[in-house]
Amino acid sequence: MRSGSNLEKVLAHGDFAVTGELGPPQSNDREVVVKKAKAYKGYVDAVNITDNQTAIVRMSSIAACAIAAGLGLDPVMQMTCRDRNRIAMQSDILGASALGIKNILCLTGDHQSFGNHPTSKNVYDIDSIQLIGMVKGMRDDKRFLNGEEMKSEPRMFIGAAANPFADPFEYRVVRLAKKVAAGADFIQTQAVFDVPRFRRWMEMVWDHGLHERVYILAGVIPVKSAGAMRYMKNDVPGMSVPDELVRRMEQASDPKEEGIRICVETILQLREIEGVSGIHLMPIMWESIAPVIVERAGLLPRPVYDQDDM
Amino acid sequence: MIVAEQKPVAEILRMIDGYRRILVVGCGTCVTVCMAGGEKEAGILASLIRMAWAREGRLSPLIDVSEATVERQCEWEFLGDIAEKVAASDAVLSMGCGAGVQAMARMFEGKVVLPALNTKFIGMPERQGLWTELCAGCGDCVLDRTGGICPIARCSKSLLNGPCGGSQNGKCEVSKDIDCAWQLIFDRMKSLGRLEALGTVLPPKDWFKNRDGGPRKVVREDMLL
Repeated sequence: MRSGSNLEKVLAHGDFAVTGELGPPQSNDREVVVKKAKAYKGYVDAVNITDNQTAIVRMSSIAACAIAAGLGLDPVMQMTCRDRNRIAMQSDILGASALGIKNILCLTGDHQSFGNHPTSKNVYDIDSIQLIGMVKGMRDDKRFLNGEEMKSEPRMFIGAAANPFADPFEYRVVRLAKKVAAGADFIQTQAVFDVPRFRRWMEMVWDHGLHERVYILAGVIPVKSAGAMRYMKNDVPGMSVPDELVRRMEQASDPKEEGIRICVETILQLREIEGVSGIHLMPIMWESIAPVIVERAGLLPRPVYDQDDM
Repeated sequence: MIVAEQKPVAEILRMIDGYRRILVVGCGTCVTVCMAGGEKEAGILASLIRMAWAREGRLSPLIDVSEATVERQCEWEFLGDIAEKVAASDAVLSMGCGAGVQAMARMFEGKVVLPALNTKFIGMPERQGLWTELCAGCGDCVLDRTGGICPIARCSKSLLNGPCGGSQNGKCEVSKDIDCAWQLIFDRMKSLGRLEALGTVLPPKDWFKNRDGGPRKVVREDMLL
């Protein structure tokens, strides 16, 4: 075991993993985190806590991870390269580890021009691939990025993102291979609406044998309305949404139900694809729907391990 | 070349408010090429100031706006030519890049030197009326590994290991008007038959060569006197 996190145990056991995404509030209100975390409890193996997603100031991922861990969930600390340099990142990784956080997702981060402080100065001292390598070096070699040794290492299960729908398409698997080479243990993908294109990407993953070296969790988003589906299609960078899904949402008498149905159907299709080790559920501002989707996708009950299992 | 653009006239007028004798100084090199601060622009700006002051009824024999242009504001040897005109002014409005403004401020100690331009970047004229950034002056060139296209200056996130997840249809996630630098790098490396080189993980950049504390210096021992 690299980290002993619950997510790592689930994947190492060969169970089909389920992770969820939790966006902390734009305030210091811990009850928001508690409420969202409780909605996930028993329904996911780990919960990703976003790091100032879309460059909007929110409660820090580490703090919200600590709250979630206190409620018995296995948090995945998301960390972007946008806001910190290598000194701050390593410091935060040590702090997170000391708070019992065992998973990290290494991300480049949305550009600050999308957020509520567009005039801020970005950092991007290192990129997401270099961040993966830095965490691996801290964990496996007990060394800081500068080569200095540390006394005790942060045991982190290292995650990275992949977007099968961004361009250049041909280069996407090369970039995934770079993330695996840098030390990624698991991958969470951009939300899949376009299953055929995702399958083509997975074929490239198979060709490189990457599905045997890294756990791949496919992202899914339950969409509430036709407007939201159109927004995903037209306004979210690096997203592919087939027209058919927009039509289904537009014609649905109960759009929420249709959104759930599409999400569950997508999960069932993804489950059939070789090399997909689980799903990553991103119910943006709709965390309460997670139990419904997990149950209807036939993913209950979630496995439970003893403290010293594996 | 250094690319700059003129500050809004209203901002310039606020900056020079309170001074009676203004010398507008153009620069004959980079900012002439990008049509931001050459002889022609210095003449136009001086006229605009005169007109604005005339509208406000501020013109009198004691008030004067004159202009001059030097070959390069960033080199001492050219600044001596305008010493007399500078001495006769209350404030100098520099139409050079940031280096020009600072060189003048050092040369003419005790004189108020104000910037009329916003210095933007190192770049080139793309086509008539359009200049684009090409180099961030980071001090540690990676163009050998990226097909001659700079990811530090041209990628919105200065990524060294390929495009982020927001690249689509060759455009950056920040705007459809911005080319994704990594798409350009990918296309060029592909046409050069060098795609394999993009599979190598590049280590964290040595930013010490970019921002190592205080102004950077280039020393050529063989050239020192």
